[in-house]
Amino acid sequence: MVIYGVALLAGCMLAGLIIGDVLGQLLGIDANLGGVGIAMLLLIFVTGYLKDRGKLPETTESGITFWNAMYIPIVVAMAASQNVAAAFSGGMVAILAGVLAVVLGLALVPVLTGKKVDDASALESTPTTPSNH
Amino acid sequence: MNDSIVSLVDKYHLIAAFAVVGLTMYVAYWISRNLTAGRLHGSAIAIIIGLVLAYVGGVSSGGSKGLSDVTLFSGLGLMGGGMLRDLAIIATAYGVRLHEIKKAGLRGVIALFLGVLVSFVAGAVVAIGFGYTDPVDITTIAAGAVTYIVGPVTGATLGASSEVIALSIAAGLVKSILTMIATPMTAKLIGLDNPRSAMIFGGLIGTTSGVAAGLAATDARLVPYGAMTATFYTGLGILLAPTVLFLAVRAIF
Repeated sequence: MVIYGVALLAGCMLAGLIIGDVLGQLLGIDANLGGVGIAMLLLIFVTGYLKDRGKLPETTESGITFWNAMYIPIVVAMAASQNVAAAFSGGMVAILAGVLAVVLGLALVPVLTGKKVDDASALESTPTTPSNH
Repeated sequence: MNDSIVSLVDKYHLIAAFAVVGLTMYVAYWISRNLTAGRLHGSAIAIIIGLVLAYVGGVSSGGSKGLSDVTLFSGLGLMGGGMLRDLAIIATAYGVRLHEIKKAGLRGVIALFLGVLVSFVAGAVVAIGFGYTDPVDITTIAAGAVTYIVGPVTGATLGASSEVIALSIAAGLVKSILTMIATPMTAKLIGLDNPRSAMIFGGLIGTTSGVAAGLAATDARLVPYGAMTATFYTGLGILLAPTVLFLAVRAIF
């Protein structure tokens, strides 16, 4: 059933967020430390385990892939609810600080990626744009 | 008649948001295909349209949540809010190649620490350049350049003034919005076309909304790799900025 997939996804999310919360509390910070990332790893492990045993039928899978495909539309909605007006009214200090942080961050990507080796090769050039569904 | 339509759309705000976003996507992909010959990704155009609408909505409503502060579009706040966004991000991990994550793991961790540090220094340098001398002010603005959540949390911890905290939020917002726009444009230049560089990118830039949208506009398949590291960034920033980094700033000033 489709809901099994959605519930699996929700379960991984809640478990990940709880672990992230505990991690944050252990370190004494008022924030969730990597809960989403932990949830992603949980989902990869759990679905991998189920798939190997043939316990992940297509309908269950579609409960996960639906939200996967909704990712870009959700991001567009997120962009539309950003406080863009405040970003521009922050004055030059805010704009320059933000711009410099992005420029330096982007510039460091190739430095840390290093030489083009096998494991850093591009994904196959047939982009699966989920939004074209 | 008009009033009843408005109240209906307001009542079913999430459904209205699905329709509005669907229409936006259609327009964006049409523009991508017919006006840019596919050179600019449809999702990149959709995100830019979203940002423009957010600006218009924010200016006309005076609120802090972009277009979703306009009554008719309030569902966008729920659809694009943290809850559904994180659910969708986690769903993108389905089908990810685990060995890619393992191989880039160490570089990802290095990128995380370096990313927080570099953004913090960038913010600090700008703050000092504009004449701020109080270590609390410098640290708060610098933390804002990390992300717009690290800034106010740090400012509140250190007891910064509300103007400086507002400034730090604005710096983080600029970073996030610029990341959404600049990432697809510079992706080729910085080799952002594989899982490894996506994980490093997520660690270096970190601001979740910026990384999420920037990668979506570049190649949706890279999203899980970048999101995986970016999700640790804000927590790390909140851990480092008010403590080690503040002490470092105070030692210098």
